[in-house]
This record gives sequence, C-alpha cells and structure tokens, in this order.
Amino acid sequence: MGPGKTPLADLYYQMTRMRLFEEAVGDLWWRGLISGEMHLGIGEEGIIAGVLAHLEDGDAVALDHRPTAALLGRGTDPKGLLLEMLGHEQGSGHGRGGHMHLFDRDRLVASSGIVGSSAPLACGFALAGLRLRPGRVTVAFFGESAINQGMLMEALNLAVVWKLPVLFVCKDNGWAISTRSDEMTGGTPGRRADAFGMPAWRVDGSSVGEVWAVAGKAVSRARRGRGPGFLWATCQRPRGHFEDDPLLRFIEDPREAGGEIPRLARGSMDRSAGGLRARGAGARRVMGTLARAVATRFGPRRDPLRKAAKDLDEAELAALEAAARGEVEAAVSEALAIAGVAP
Amino acid sequence: MKEYGFGEAIDLAVTEAMRRDDRIVVFGEDVPMVRRELLVRFGPERVRGTPISESAFLGAGVGAAMAGLRPIVEIMLVDFVAVALSGLLNEAAKIEDFSGGSWPVPLVVRATCGGGYGDGGQHEQALWGLLAGIPGLTVVVPSTPADGAGLMMSALADDGPVVFLEHKLLSARWLEWMAGSRRDTVTFDIPLAGAAGEVPDPPVAVPIGRAVVRREGRHLVMFSVAVGVHRCLEAAEELEQRGIEATVVDLRTVRPLDRHAIVDAAGATKRVLVVDEDYAGFGLSGEIAAVVAESGLAARFGRVAVEGTIPYARHLEREALPNVDRIVAAAVDLIG
Repeated sequence: MGPGKTPLADLYYQMTRMRLFEEAVGDLWWRGLISGEMHLGIGEEGIIAGVLAHLEDGDAVALDHRPTAALLGRGTDPKGLLLEMLGHEQGSGHGRGGHMHLFDRDRLVASSGIVGSSAPLACGFALAGLRLRPGRVTVAFFGESAINQGMLMEALNLAVVWKLPVLFVCKDNGWAISTRSDEMTGGTPGRRADAFGMPAWRVDGSSVGEVWAVAGKAVSRARRGRGPGFLWATCQRPRGHFEDDPLLRFIEDPREAGGEIPRLARGSMDRSAGGLRARGAGARRVMGTLARAVATRFGPRRDPLRKAAKDLDEAELAALEAAARGEVEAAVSEALAIAGVAP
Repeated sequence: MKEYGFGEAIDLAVTEAMRRDDRIVVFGEDVPMVRRELLVRFGPERVRGTPISESAFLGAGVGAAMAGLRPIVEIMLVDFVAVALSGLLNEAAKIEDFSGGSWPVPLVVRATCGGGYGDGGQHEQALWGLLAGIPGLTVVVPSTPADGAGLMMSALADDGPVVFLEHKLLSARWLEWMAGSRRDTVTFDIPLAGAAGEVPDPPVAVPIGRAVVRREGRHLVMFSVAVGVHRCLEAAEELEQRGIEATVVDLRTVRPLDRHAIVDAAGATKRVLVVDEDYAGFGLSGEIAAVVAESGLAARFGRVAVEGTIPYARHLEREALPNVDRIVAAAVDLIG
C-alpha cells in the first residue's frame, strides 16, 4: 500500500513518482549526461501503475525499451537506475546496460531494446513461476506495433497452449516512431488476442482507475490458473517515440519545416525520377503523415495524471505530490552526488 | 565535385539507380519518413513502409528478388537482422546454389551498424563477421561517402544478396536519431573524412571485393573497415612520430575478402594488425590471420577488436571499441 487514503490516491502517487522521475531523466539526457536514445514513458503512467498495483512479491515483469516507469513501480531503487543511465559503476548494471537494458533480478523485472521480445520472455518467466512459485503471475508490456513482430504473435499462442499465467499489456499510443500503427496493422490488437483464444479487454489507458479495475480481474484470473489474458490500453505520449523526436520537431519547429519543404518540393518535381502520379502520391503520403502527427499531437490531451487529479481533493493531491517529489529529488541529488555531477 | 554526407551519398546512389532501373524498390520500417526524398521522387509503390515485422519483410525481399524485382530491404539496425536471420541464412544465401545456379536473388539489405555514441550492446553491434560467415552472402562496409555511393551502385547491380552496412558514426541522420546528436551537450569522435567528402554525381561504381590502400608504410600493415579505417589512419600519424611507418588497407568488402590485397600487404611488411569493430572471436580478424597463414607467409599478427558485449557507459564503450590508443599500443607491440 502507498501513502494514499484510497486506491486512486495510491495510484496517483505512483504515477506522480514515475512522471517526476522520468522528467528528471529527460533533463539529464538533454544535459548530455545520459547517452544514446531516450524513450520516456510519459503518458503511459496510467497503464503501468494501474496494472502493477495488482502484483505481489514473486510476480515477474518483462519490459520493452521504455522500462523506467515500470521498474520504479515495482520498487526498484531509483538511485541505482539513475546511476545506470549516467553510466556509473554503482548503477544497477554497473553502467554496462543503459536505459534500454535495465534489470532487477530480485524483483524479476527485465527489459530489452528488441521490439516484441518481452512476450516470449514473459512466457518463460510464467513457466518458471508455474513450477517454482505457484500462484505467481507475469506481466509483459509492449507497444501496439510490437504485435506485428512474429515472436510476439508466437508467444501469445504459446501462452494459450501452455495455459501460462501471463497478462499481456499492449500500450497503444498509435505511433511506431514516424509510422501510424493502424496503417501497418491488419485487424486490431484485441481481435488478434481473441483469435488465439484468450480474453482481451480494451481500456482507456489515460484513466488509471479503469485500467486498475480491469487489470485486477485479468491478473486474478491468471493467478487462479485460468490462463493468459490481453489488456489493450490506449494512451498518448506527448514526447513522441524518443527525446528530440524528429517527427515532433518537424511539426513543432517552423525552422525544420522551412528547410525541408522546399527540398521535398524540388524532389517531387524531379521528372527524371518517377511519373507524375507516383510523385504526387509520394508527396501526399508525406503530408498525410505530418497532418496526422499534428492532429494527434495537438489533439485532446489525455494525461492520466490530470485525469486522476480531478477525482482527488486538493489537500490530498498536494500531500501526495510532495511525497513523490521528495523521494525523486532525493534520489536524483544522491545519484548526482555519487556521480560527481552538479545538480 | 560536390561534397556529400556519408548517408546522403548512399541515397544519391540509390536515387540514381532507381532512375535507371524500375525494378528497384525500397522498403523497411519508417522508410516513408526516413527516405522521404525517395518517396516524393518515386512514389509509394516503390518506396514502402513496413510493420515491425523483420522476418516477414526481409523474407518478402527474398521472394520479390526471386520473382523479378531488385529490392532494397532496410533493417534499421543490423542488430535487428537477428530477428530475421533465417531469411538471410537459410533463404537468400542458399537459393542460387540450391537451384544449380539458375535462380539468383538480387537483394540488397541496407542496415546501420556500429557504435561510439553510448546506445548499449543491443544497438551498436557490427556483426559483419557473423553475416560474412554465411556462404552466398556479400557483405560490404564502406568508410567514405564516395565508397558508400560506389558500393551501393555495385550492390544494386549485383545478382546476389548483398548486405550493405552503414556506420552510424559516419551517418548524420542516424546519429541524430540514435544518439540525439543535435544536443550541444554531447560530443562524438566522428572521423571527418568518413562523414563527408566528394562524390561524383552520378556516382561511380566501386567494385565489390576490392580493397584499397589508404596509406603506405614499410613496418606494418593495418587492415580495417568503416570507422576502424579512420582510427587506423589517425594511429598511423601517431606511429609516424615514433618512427613507425604503417600501411593502412581499407578492405571495404568483408565477403568476399580481397585475398590478394591482404597477402600483398602482409608480405611487404610481415607484420599484420587487424582493427575490427566487430567481435574478436570467430570473425574478420581470425579470417585475415587464416588468409595470411594459408598463403604460406610467416608474419607477426595482432588484433584490436571487441572482446565482449559493448558496454553502455561512454568511458567503458570507448575502451571496448578499437580506439587510437589501443591501436598504437598494439602496433608498437608488433614491432617490438
């Protein structure tokens, strides 16, 4: 249990910890203290917190390339995660893994940068659980476009035929980097799960209460030995695929578009290339993607924190936020002190 | 001649080849945005996006190549080829042989490779040794814009499957994606002569399987590809200060290896150093040792390569990848 008076208050507290922590991670990345790509889960907290609230000791979690919030939610030491991302010897992987390769063996939490790989891993965790930790379940988190990865489809089937206690959680923000997922996916995630013979539930991932309620049923069903389930949760990630996302930059920064559009226009007038019809279709395709990016980026904001805050009283919100902020700030300043970096 | 960035030069070659040959199509993840310059020129029939389904679309590339197209299949990072390896290992590489030579597979797999920007061991591998170990595949790894363009022209003219690897440290667009290189708070050790340079327009084909001598010296020879070539050239400058003169050979193609160039250069110096950003064991460096040994030459041999999983932390990564200090030290050891 967390510090809240109600389940929703606890969920809000967890989401706030995740949000503040990831904002701090983002700042450190922009300061150049964290290298490589940086995939933050800002906007996914409703899904992560709503599902993880039902897990117990001995349950396992398999994560994708966006693992930070879920590790925090399982109770992994935030200081060790930060030091890992800072590439420090005292990081959770001694600086050898980095942000896409974070692990917590004690809590059975593992991540991977290979899209789709969380699902087969979860099947293995669940198989081990059946033999070694009866009554324990495994959760696999992945994005909606991972369902086009063969190994994930295979894992869904494996979980059904072996009747594994796995909850597959599909975090659907609608985009795979710069590709609209629905343009590259036949059917829907839910119908696919259904076709394998496992129950699928669709929830609004920006409503942590809704995720929590449905995930509770799904987790307890798996715990009772009734086999795998599939949670399809929609969300919006305002920071895109990764920090400094080129697609977002393109639609948000007029200078980017200003340089690019004339070049593309010149390209589409290159008569030594394709025919007029092909070039026109190409230009429309590029513009269509940008238009959809604008629409989803500036469309209705579906922030799980703001939504949950509406149902909590102000005094309690302030107390929860202060508690979360205190924890995150302490972890950040401790980690930076160890790493010898100015705050 | 006009100057181009490394990735731009390769794109220039793809554009030129697509103008000349209608059978060339391009597909892969995020291709409509990453290759938007091709999309607006050639349209969505020839420039296609794919789902995150490497085994399906690489396998489809094999089929399309067999049935008359000349596909360029883009795998964003060579590390992800692992997800689709069967298409290369068991299909593309073997079909011409299985068919008694009657059915070639003119496929190009274009993928980024390499590290040096702190993205961790699942996104920074070289893997050219793993792929070059497969009979039936050609593996090219250019180190300059002109070679990038020229080898792409040859890859697209080749009748067999070619893996074309593009080092991210040389390729501004990929470095922007994978390293967040627009941040003014980060720096990378980018070899300038590899990242930009003069390229003839239209590009001139560079023959596959032909190494090139980048620098001549009489005391030892260093063999490398991609970023490693530039590290060798920098190391050679330092060695010169110490009175050691090094030849640097840019192999450019890993399979087929230019055995003549290797034996010639090894024979001239009798001291061979392989600088390889790929794994040290069971790969390019061991293969070069075998080529030298099989030629009957008695030469001293050393290698600077990647010993284990590439660590994430920048300072650990710097030591794990071949760097100038390691190359100089290994060269001095060979001479001593």
